[in-house]
Amino acid sequence: MTVELALFFILAIIAIGSALGMLLSSSTVYAALYLVLNFCTVAVFYILLNAPFIAMSQISVYAGAIMVLFLFVIMLLGTQSVPPSKVLPWQRPVAMGLALLLAAEAAYLLFVRGAAAGSIPQPVESFGSPQAVGRALFNEYLLPFEITSVLLLVAMVGAIILTRKEKGRR
Amino acid sequence: MVPVSYYVGLSAVLFSIGALGVLIRRNPLVIFMSIELMLNAGNLAMVAFTRMFLVLEGQIFVFFVMTVAAAEVAVGLALIVTIFRSRHSIDVDLMSNLKG
Repeated sequence: MTVELALFFILAIIAIGSALGMLLSSSTVYAALYLVLNFCTVAVFYILLNAPFIAMSQISVYAGAIMVLFLFVIMLLGTQSVPPSKVLPWQRPVAMGLALLLAAEAAYLLFVRGAAAGSIPQPVESFGSPQAVGRALFNEYLLPFEITSVLLLVAMVGAIILTRKEKGRR
Repeated sequence: MVPVSYYVGLSAVLFSIGALGVLIRRNPLVIFMSIELMLNAGNLAMVAFTRMFLVLEGQIFVFFVMTVAAAEVAVGLALIVTIFRSRHSIDVDLMSNLKG
Protein backbone atom coordinates (compact mmCIF):
# COMPACT_ATOMS: atom_id res chain seq x y z
CA MET A 1 0.00 0.00 0.00
CA THR A 2 3.02 2.31 0.04
CA VAL A 3 2.60 2.81 -3.72
CA GLU A 4 -0.74 4.51 -3.11
CA LEU A 5 0.80 6.74 -0.44
CA ALA A 6 3.65 7.75 -2.77
CA LEU A 7 1.14 8.45 -5.54
CA PHE A 8 -0.88 10.58 -3.12
CA PHE A 9 2.12 12.67 -2.11
CA ILE A 10 3.34 13.22 -5.67
CA LEU A 11 -0.15 14.24 -6.78
CA ALA A 12 -0.60 16.45 -3.72
CA ILE A 13 2.62 18.29 -4.55
CA ILE A 14 1.44 18.74 -8.15
CA ALA A 15 -1.98 19.95 -6.97
CA ILE A 16 -0.59 22.49 -4.49
CA GLY A 17 2.09 23.60 -6.95
CA SER A 18 -0.41 24.16 -9.74
CA ALA A 19 -2.74 26.03 -7.36
CA LEU A 20 0.15 28.30 -6.35
CA GLY A 21 1.07 28.67 -10.02
CA MET A 22 -2.47 29.79 -10.76
CA LEU A 23 -2.28 32.24 -7.89
CA LEU A 24 1.09 33.75 -8.82
CA SER A 25 1.19 33.71 -12.63
CA SER A 26 0.72 37.13 -14.14
CA SER A 27 -0.75 35.80 -17.38
CA THR A 28 -4.42 34.82 -17.24
CA VAL A 29 -3.96 32.08 -19.84
CA TYR A 30 -1.23 30.42 -17.77
CA ALA A 31 -3.46 30.69 -14.70
CA ALA A 32 -6.26 28.88 -16.55
CA LEU A 33 -3.90 26.13 -17.74
CA TYR A 34 -2.51 25.67 -14.21
CA LEU A 35 -6.08 25.32 -12.99
CA VAL A 36 -6.76 22.62 -15.63
CA LEU A 37 -3.74 20.71 -14.29
CA ASN A 38 -5.08 21.10 -10.76
CA PHE A 39 -8.52 19.78 -11.75
CA CYS A 40 -6.93 16.77 -13.44
CA THR A 41 -4.92 15.86 -10.32
CA VAL A 42 -8.06 16.21 -8.20
CA ALA A 43 -9.81 13.85 -10.64
CA VAL A 44 -7.08 11.27 -9.96
CA PHE A 45 -7.75 11.74 -6.22
CA TYR A 46 -11.41 10.98 -6.88
CA ILE A 47 -10.43 7.73 -8.60
CA LEU A 48 -8.28 6.84 -5.57
CA LEU A 49 -11.32 7.52 -3.36
CA ASN A 50 -13.62 5.06 -5.23
CA ALA A 51 -15.51 7.77 -7.12
CA PRO A 52 -14.90 7.09 -10.82
CA PHE A 53 -18.14 8.76 -11.93
CA ILE A 54 -17.26 11.98 -10.10
CA ALA A 55 -13.75 11.80 -11.55
CA MET A 56 -15.05 11.59 -15.09
CA SER A 57 -17.55 14.41 -14.58
CA GLN A 58 -14.74 16.44 -13.02
CA ILE A 59 -12.69 16.02 -16.20
CA SER A 60 -15.55 16.69 -18.59
CA VAL A 61 -17.36 19.45 -16.67
CA TYR A 62 -14.52 21.30 -14.93
CA ALA A 63 -11.43 20.69 -17.02
CA GLY A 64 -13.48 20.53 -20.20
CA ALA A 65 -16.49 22.80 -20.24
CA ILE A 66 -15.78 25.39 -17.53
CA MET A 67 -12.14 25.98 -18.39
CA VAL A 68 -12.89 26.20 -22.11
CA LEU A 69 -15.47 28.88 -21.24
CA PHE A 70 -12.78 30.69 -19.24
CA LEU A 71 -10.32 30.50 -22.13
CA PHE A 72 -12.95 31.83 -24.55
CA VAL A 73 -13.59 34.82 -22.30
CA ILE A 74 -9.83 35.42 -21.92
CA MET A 75 -9.53 35.46 -25.70
CA LEU A 76 -12.51 37.83 -25.90
CA LEU A 77 -11.18 40.30 -23.36
CA GLY A 78 -7.56 40.12 -24.47
CA THR A 79 -4.78 39.13 -22.12
CA GLN A 80 -4.33 42.49 -20.52
CA SER A 81 -2.54 42.43 -17.20
CA VAL A 82 -3.80 44.52 -14.33
CA PRO A 83 -1.09 46.88 -13.00
CA PRO A 84 -0.35 46.97 -9.26
CA SER A 85 -3.05 48.73 -7.32
CA LYS A 86 -2.71 52.15 -5.79
CA VAL A 87 -6.26 52.17 -4.45
CA LEU A 88 -5.85 49.69 -1.62
CA PRO A 89 -2.11 49.27 -0.92
CA TRP A 90 -2.64 47.92 2.61
CA GLN A 91 -4.94 45.16 1.44
CA ARG A 92 -2.35 42.66 0.22
CA PRO A 93 -0.41 42.05 3.48
CA VAL A 94 -3.66 41.89 5.43
CA ALA A 95 -5.03 39.33 2.96
CA MET A 96 -1.89 37.19 3.26
CA GLY A 97 -2.14 37.28 7.05
CA LEU A 98 -5.79 36.32 7.01
CA ALA A 99 -5.21 33.45 4.56
CA LEU A 100 -2.40 32.14 6.78
CA LEU A 101 -4.79 32.38 9.72
CA LEU A 102 -7.40 30.36 7.79
CA ALA A 103 -4.84 27.67 6.95
CA ALA A 104 -3.63 27.58 10.58
CA GLU A 105 -7.21 27.19 11.82
CA ALA A 106 -7.83 24.33 9.41
CA ALA A 107 -4.55 22.65 10.42
CA TYR A 108 -5.39 23.05 14.11
CA LEU A 109 -8.84 21.50 13.68
CA LEU A 110 -7.34 18.70 11.62
CA PHE A 111 -4.75 17.85 14.25
CA VAL A 112 -7.22 18.06 17.13
CA ARG A 113 -10.09 16.21 15.49
CA GLY A 114 -8.21 14.31 12.80
CA ALA A 115 -7.06 11.59 15.18
CA ALA A 116 -10.66 10.46 15.61
CA ALA A 117 -11.06 10.00 11.87
CA GLY A 118 -8.60 7.17 11.58
CA SER A 119 -9.63 3.87 10.09
CA ILE A 120 -11.16 3.53 6.66
CA PRO A 121 -13.63 0.72 6.14
CA GLN A 122 -13.12 -1.52 3.16
CA PRO A 123 -15.90 -0.81 0.67
CA VAL A 124 -18.03 -3.41 -1.02
CA GLU A 125 -17.09 -4.06 -4.61
CA SER A 126 -19.70 -1.83 -6.26
CA PHE A 127 -19.36 1.19 -3.96
CA GLY A 128 -19.24 4.40 -5.97
CA SER A 129 -19.57 2.64 -9.29
CA PRO A 130 -21.38 4.56 -12.04
CA GLN A 131 -24.27 2.07 -11.82
CA ALA A 132 -24.75 2.73 -8.10
CA VAL A 133 -24.49 6.50 -8.53
CA GLY A 134 -26.93 6.45 -11.43
CA ARG A 135 -29.41 4.31 -9.50
CA ALA A 136 -29.33 6.73 -6.54
CA LEU A 137 -29.49 9.75 -8.84
CA PHE A 138 -32.55 8.55 -10.73
CA ASN A 139 -34.43 7.03 -7.79
CA GLU A 140 -34.05 8.99 -4.54
CA TYR A 141 -32.64 12.16 -6.09
CA LEU A 142 -34.74 12.44 -9.22
CA LEU A 143 -36.41 15.72 -8.25
CA PRO A 144 -33.13 17.56 -7.40
CA PHE A 145 -31.69 16.20 -10.64
CA GLU A 146 -34.56 17.68 -12.66
CA ILE A 147 -34.32 20.98 -10.74
CA THR A 148 -30.65 21.05 -11.74
CA SER A 149 -31.67 21.03 -15.39
CA VAL A 150 -33.99 24.00 -14.76
CA LEU A 151 -31.11 25.78 -12.99
CA LEU A 152 -28.83 25.24 -15.98
CA LEU A 153 -31.55 26.53 -18.31
CA VAL A 154 -31.97 29.66 -16.18
CA ALA A 155 -28.20 30.22 -16.16
CA MET A 156 -28.10 29.87 -19.94
CA VAL A 157 -30.95 32.35 -20.45
CA GLY A 158 -29.32 34.74 -17.97
CA ALA A 159 -25.95 34.59 -19.73
CA ILE A 160 -27.59 35.24 -23.11
CA ILE A 161 -29.61 38.18 -21.80
CA LEU A 162 -26.62 39.71 -20.01
CA THR A 163 -24.32 39.61 -23.02
CA ARG A 164 -26.92 40.48 -25.68
CA LYS A 165 -26.31 43.71 -27.55
CA GLU A 166 -29.36 45.93 -27.26
CA LYS A 167 -30.59 46.74 -30.72
CA GLY A 168 -33.09 49.47 -29.84
CA ARG A 169 -30.59 51.81 -28.24
CA ARG A 170 -28.08 53.47 -30.50
CA MET B 1 -4.64 3.04 2.03
CA VAL B 2 -4.20 6.79 2.40
CA PRO B 3 -5.83 8.16 5.58
CA VAL B 4 -8.82 10.37 5.01
CA SER B 5 -7.25 13.13 7.11
CA TYR B 6 -4.54 13.56 4.45
CA TYR B 7 -7.19 14.29 1.85
CA VAL B 8 -8.95 16.71 4.19
CA GLY B 9 -5.63 18.45 4.90
CA LEU B 10 -4.91 18.77 1.18
CA SER B 11 -8.38 20.18 0.62
CA ALA B 12 -7.81 22.70 3.45
CA VAL B 13 -4.56 23.83 1.81
CA LEU B 14 -6.24 24.19 -1.58
CA PHE B 15 -9.12 26.11 -0.01
CA SER B 16 -6.71 28.51 1.70
CA ILE B 17 -4.87 29.11 -1.58
CA GLY B 18 -8.20 29.84 -3.25
CA ALA B 19 -9.22 32.27 -0.51
CA LEU B 20 -5.85 34.01 -0.79
CA GLY B 21 -6.37 34.28 -4.55
CA VAL B 22 -9.76 35.92 -4.09
CA LEU B 23 -8.24 38.39 -1.66
CA ILE B 24 -5.01 39.43 -3.40
CA ARG B 25 -5.69 39.17 -7.14
CA ARG B 26 -7.53 42.00 -8.88
CA ASN B 27 -8.21 40.37 -12.23
CA PRO B 28 -11.84 39.16 -11.97
CA LEU B 29 -11.08 36.12 -14.15
CA VAL B 30 -8.40 34.95 -11.73
CA ILE B 31 -10.75 35.66 -8.81
CA PHE B 32 -13.31 33.43 -10.51
CA MET B 33 -10.73 30.70 -10.99
CA SER B 34 -9.89 30.93 -7.28
CA ILE B 35 -13.57 30.50 -6.44
CA GLU B 36 -13.60 27.39 -8.62
CA LEU B 37 -10.53 26.15 -6.74
CA MET B 38 -12.34 26.60 -3.42
CA LEU B 39 -15.43 24.75 -4.67
CA ASN B 40 -13.13 21.99 -5.85
CA ALA B 41 -11.42 21.77 -2.46
CA GLY B 42 -14.83 21.43 -0.80
CA ASN B 43 -15.76 18.69 -3.26
CA LEU B 44 -12.54 16.82 -2.48
CA ALA B 45 -13.27 16.89 1.26
CA MET B 46 -16.83 15.72 0.61
CA VAL B 47 -15.70 12.77 -1.54
CA ALA B 48 -13.09 11.86 1.09
CA PHE B 49 -15.75 11.75 3.81
CA THR B 50 -18.03 9.80 1.48
CA ARG B 51 -15.29 7.21 1.22
CA MET B 52 -14.82 7.17 4.99
CA PHE B 53 -18.47 6.77 5.97
CA LEU B 54 -19.40 4.71 2.89
CA VAL B 55 -22.50 6.73 2.04
CA LEU B 56 -23.14 7.36 -1.62
CA GLU B 57 -25.06 10.61 -1.04
CA GLY B 58 -21.83 12.61 -0.81
CA GLN B 59 -20.96 11.80 -4.40
CA ILE B 60 -24.47 12.77 -5.54
CA PHE B 61 -24.12 16.13 -3.82
CA VAL B 62 -20.68 16.68 -5.32
CA PHE B 63 -22.34 16.17 -8.70
CA PHE B 64 -24.92 18.84 -7.84
CA VAL B 65 -22.19 21.21 -6.66
CA MET B 66 -20.49 20.77 -10.03
CA THR B 67 -23.65 21.73 -11.93
CA VAL B 68 -24.18 24.77 -9.71
CA ALA B 69 -20.55 25.77 -10.33
CA ALA B 70 -21.12 25.48 -14.08
CA ALA B 71 -24.22 27.70 -13.89
CA GLU B 72 -22.37 30.21 -11.71
CA VAL B 73 -19.44 30.40 -14.14
CA ALA B 74 -21.76 30.98 -17.11
CA VAL B 75 -23.54 33.90 -15.43
CA GLY B 76 -20.39 35.32 -13.84
CA LEU B 77 -18.40 35.33 -17.06
CA ALA B 78 -21.33 37.00 -18.84
CA LEU B 79 -21.27 39.71 -16.16
CA ILE B 80 -17.50 40.19 -16.59
CA VAL B 81 -17.90 40.51 -20.37
CA THR B 82 -20.69 43.07 -19.93
CA ILE B 83 -18.63 45.12 -17.46
CA PHE B 84 -15.62 45.01 -19.77
CA ARG B 85 -17.75 46.26 -22.66
CA SER B 86 -18.96 49.30 -20.75
CA ARG B 87 -15.79 50.14 -18.79
CA HIS B 88 -12.97 48.82 -21.05
CA SER B 89 -11.13 47.68 -17.95
CA ILE B 90 -11.45 44.61 -15.77
CA ASP B 91 -9.62 45.86 -12.68
CA VAL B 92 -11.96 45.11 -9.78
CA ASP B 93 -10.54 47.97 -7.70
CA LEU B 94 -11.84 50.45 -10.27
CA MET B 95 -15.39 49.13 -10.13
CA SER B 96 -16.45 51.31 -7.25
CA ASN B 97 -19.02 53.44 -9.03
CA LEU B 98 -21.81 52.57 -6.64
CA LYS B 99 -19.74 53.79 -3.68
CA GLY B 100 -21.34 56.87 -2.12
